[in-house]
Amino acid sequence: MSAVTPVPPGTVGPTAIGPASSPPMAIRELRGLLTNYRRTWRASIVSSVLAPLLSLVALGMSLGKIVDAGPGAHTFGTIDGRPVKYLLFLAPALLANTAMQTALGESMYPVMSSMKWQKTFHASIASPLGSFDVFLGRVLFVGLRVLMNSAIFLGVMTLFGAVRAAGPGGLGALLALPVAALTGLAFATPVIAWAVLQDRDTGFSAVFRFVMIPMFLFSGTFFPVTQLPLVIRPLAYVTPLWHGVDLCRGLALGTATAGSVLLHLAYLSAVVGAGLWYGARTFRRRLNP
Amino acid sequence: MTSADLYPFSQAPITRLLLGRRAFGSMGGGKAGVLIERNVMVYRRVWVAMVSGFFEPVFYLLSIGVGLGKLTGAVDGVPYAHYVAPGLLAVSAMNGAVFDATFNVFFKIKYAKIYDAMLATPLRVGDIALGDIMWAQLRGLMYSAAFLVIMLAMGLVHSWWALLALPVTVLIGFAFGAVGMAATSFMRSWQDFDMITLALMPMFLFSGAFYPLSVYNPQIRVLIEALPLYHGIDLLRALTLGRVHIGLLWDVLYLTVMALIGAAVAARRLEKLLLT
Amino acid sequence: MVDLSTSPTSARTASSEEPLIKAVGLRKVFPPTKRGGEPFTAVDGIDFELRRGEVFGFLGPNGAGKSSTMRMIGCVSPATGGELSILGMDPRVDSSKIKARLGVVPQEDSLDMELRVRENLLIYGRYFGLKRAEIAARTAELLEFVQLSDRADSPVEPLSGGMKRRLTIARSLINSPEILILDEPTTGLDPQARHVVWDRLFRLKQSGTTLILTTHYMDEAEQLCDRLVVMDHGRIAAEGSPRELIERYSTREVLEIRFAPDGADRAAAGAALAALVGTGERGAVDRIEELPDRILLYSDDGEAALAAVHGTGTVPVASLVRRSSLEDVFLHLTGRTLVD
Repeated sequence: MSAVTPVPPGTVGPTAIGPASSPPMAIRELRGLLTNYRRTWRASIVSSVLAPLLSLVALGMSLGKIVDAGPGAHTFGTIDGRPVKYLLFLAPALLANTAMQTALGESMYPVMSSMKWQKTFHASIASPLGSFDVFLGRVLFVGLRVLMNSAIFLGVMTLFGAVRAAGPGGLGALLALPVAALTGLAFATPVIAWAVLQDRDTGFSAVFRFVMIPMFLFSGTFFPVTQLPLVIRPLAYVTPLWHGVDLCRGLALGTATAGSVLLHLAYLSAVVGAGLWYGARTFRRRLNP
Repeated sequence: MTSADLYPFSQAPITRLLLGRRAFGSMGGGKAGVLIERNVMVYRRVWVAMVSGFFEPVFYLLSIGVGLGKLTGAVDGVPYAHYVAPGLLAVSAMNGAVFDATFNVFFKIKYAKIYDAMLATPLRVGDIALGDIMWAQLRGLMYSAAFLVIMLAMGLVHSWWALLALPVTVLIGFAFGAVGMAATSFMRSWQDFDMITLALMPMFLFSGAFYPLSVYNPQIRVLIEALPLYHGIDLLRALTLGRVHIGLLWDVLYLTVMALIGAAVAARRLEKLLLT
Repeated sequence: MVDLSTSPTSARTASSEEPLIKAVGLRKVFPPTKRGGEPFTAVDGIDFELRRGEVFGFLGPNGAGKSSTMRMIGCVSPATGGELSILGMDPRVDSSKIKARLGVVPQEDSLDMELRVRENLLIYGRYFGLKRAEIAARTAELLEFVQLSDRADSPVEPLSGGMKRRLTIARSLINSPEILILDEPTTGLDPQARHVVWDRLFRLKQSGTTLILTTHYMDEAEQLCDRLVVMDHGRIAAEGSPRELIERYSTREVLEIRFAPDGADRAAAGAALAALVGTGERGAVDRIEELPDRILLYSDDGEAALAAVHGTGTVPVASLVRRSSLEDVFLHLTGRTLVD
């Protein structure tokens, strides 16, 4: 937080509502959110870091023993002619999933709460902040949360020996961190934009049940998408999670090609861009009607 | 007319049978049925949300059981999906019951205050606790039945013993629901519910739903075998795979004792909490 | 008009002389909330009786022990000591039987937000074990009575505070209770909503329902109660009808005078005013109460008292002569105001 350039109070830019003045204004919104977060961090750590971590241990290590001895052991790719261990296959994918789960967790109920119950959005908008600042501040906050949780998870991955020295300087796994953050933003931007429109929370549990969990289970985290029936495969390829999973995995294992890296980055960035565009509209509609 | 005349079943055998006279004694329990009536009234309107709860274990079955199962080969002598499915059934029975008995009950006590309203009527704490636990079981029973049908359709059921899986899921749900409700009575704020996630998640992943305990070293194995979910999984797997043996009675006993202790503590604690 | 009378004087009570509720030395002590803390005595040995057909009130400020008393009567809070008999039964033994014959309007509405307006009554009736057809008929009557018929199928959440309170009142009547217990029935409502609630409660009173209520509004107590007790710090300070209490503890009229906020005039007036007490002349002042914002002079003739004040050379910035109220009774008994 100390890295954030302080904004002198009372600086009202001439285009406070437009995106032009947004970054410093959005940072004000971000600072407010960070202050609040200090009070509630415990719960989010449990759900967003512990879940993938335990999955790593149970499925990567224990079930991994069975998978590595099974008939499909070669399906998870080969490095130097030897099949990739299931733990190494699974870990970077769980990193991308941590990013997704953190992003979704922070982008729905908290947004609705700020809009409906605590009315902090209205308080922000009554200050010099514009609707896009409020949106962007929230996006940055979620981005930071994703980065935090992903970094913690990466650290634990390393402790459990689920990271292989690969890629440039053997630090491929480290490159996966910004990719995880980008994956998180690809979920955060459209979902925050959509959540601000919601009057009831019924849609949120549907997102968890019918979007997040199917993605977690079928987007290449536990087994390559090529194992899915041909008709379902395209569905997996359009999910941002698959791009995040495949890129994190490619970087962490050192198997990524320049083409695939560019393709994944372009796709994820496009989703983030579309989400920002959508959010600018929904937040304006909701906060400056 | 007194309330006792209105309830021919007010000495309902189910309470006594399940919990013994001691557990509820003066706390009631015979009028739990009206709680179910209330919940039916509520959920008639939100049945979509209710139906959606059925999908999660099915998704897991298709992903881990079928998708990953193609790569693992046989586990414990059967195809992996056959092995995983009963485990997921037990997990689903546990999760549903715990969610209802913890988050929902806490919300009703702390925020909605509907238990306060109920206690102004002839209902007793025992009626309320038992009613909400029974409702959760009814819901869970529907999910379990649907999941068993899916298993049957996918050819994952090996024996007629699987019919007993249904009452076993109720036993699992009752045991976890009762303990969950007892735990809820100690909760002060939503933050404390981390503890529940903290207890459920490792149990879900490490209790042998996904792989045999033989992957563990003996010490960890003993630890896992002490956990309730392990007993639920063990029972259900034996029933759906048709590997029934007398030792399963230990699993039944474990879960029954857990249910009784949980219910007794829950009723006592709730009485203290609600009748101040 | 609907039959609101809760239950006709029936064979339920052995004798109509018998009080519906009788409390002797009733106490409620809460254990300390933290280790090493002090136990808190909410109700400190009170005696009262409730007779059939009357409206009985507990008047007192927040924290006087009114709600604790109501909860003990409602059988949701065990008494710590003393005796309590409700409808001739002991709440420790027959709480369910007692509750079957009570109606309760708690301080917080505690409506079931997951159910619609009508459903709230339907299911509540079921909690009493009533038959569905019977409940449905009564629900329609009660919604009419509390003027919510047109909202019958609406969710509860969007209702205004006044509507929610009326719905709670309707709910409490579903079992045709012999005693209706109301804990602060109009607290938190705006003036208009309060009057609607009072009107409904007044109709219940007219139809012969026995009501027992708590309030910290003296106007509410004066309008509704046949008999009331003034409660403070867990004890009963006085008992009687509103009129009796005023006659006993206050003068007919009160003169209120205010001074400029700087306090200089007021300080100077102190001694001059004190000289007016008990002079025996017309306009003599019985008693003086000094409040932070004004001074109250109790006299049977307020106008004459004001003239006497002017006669001392004291010039207040504002003055008002009014009739004595229960507020003055409370002030006299406790030295404090009801609503701070």
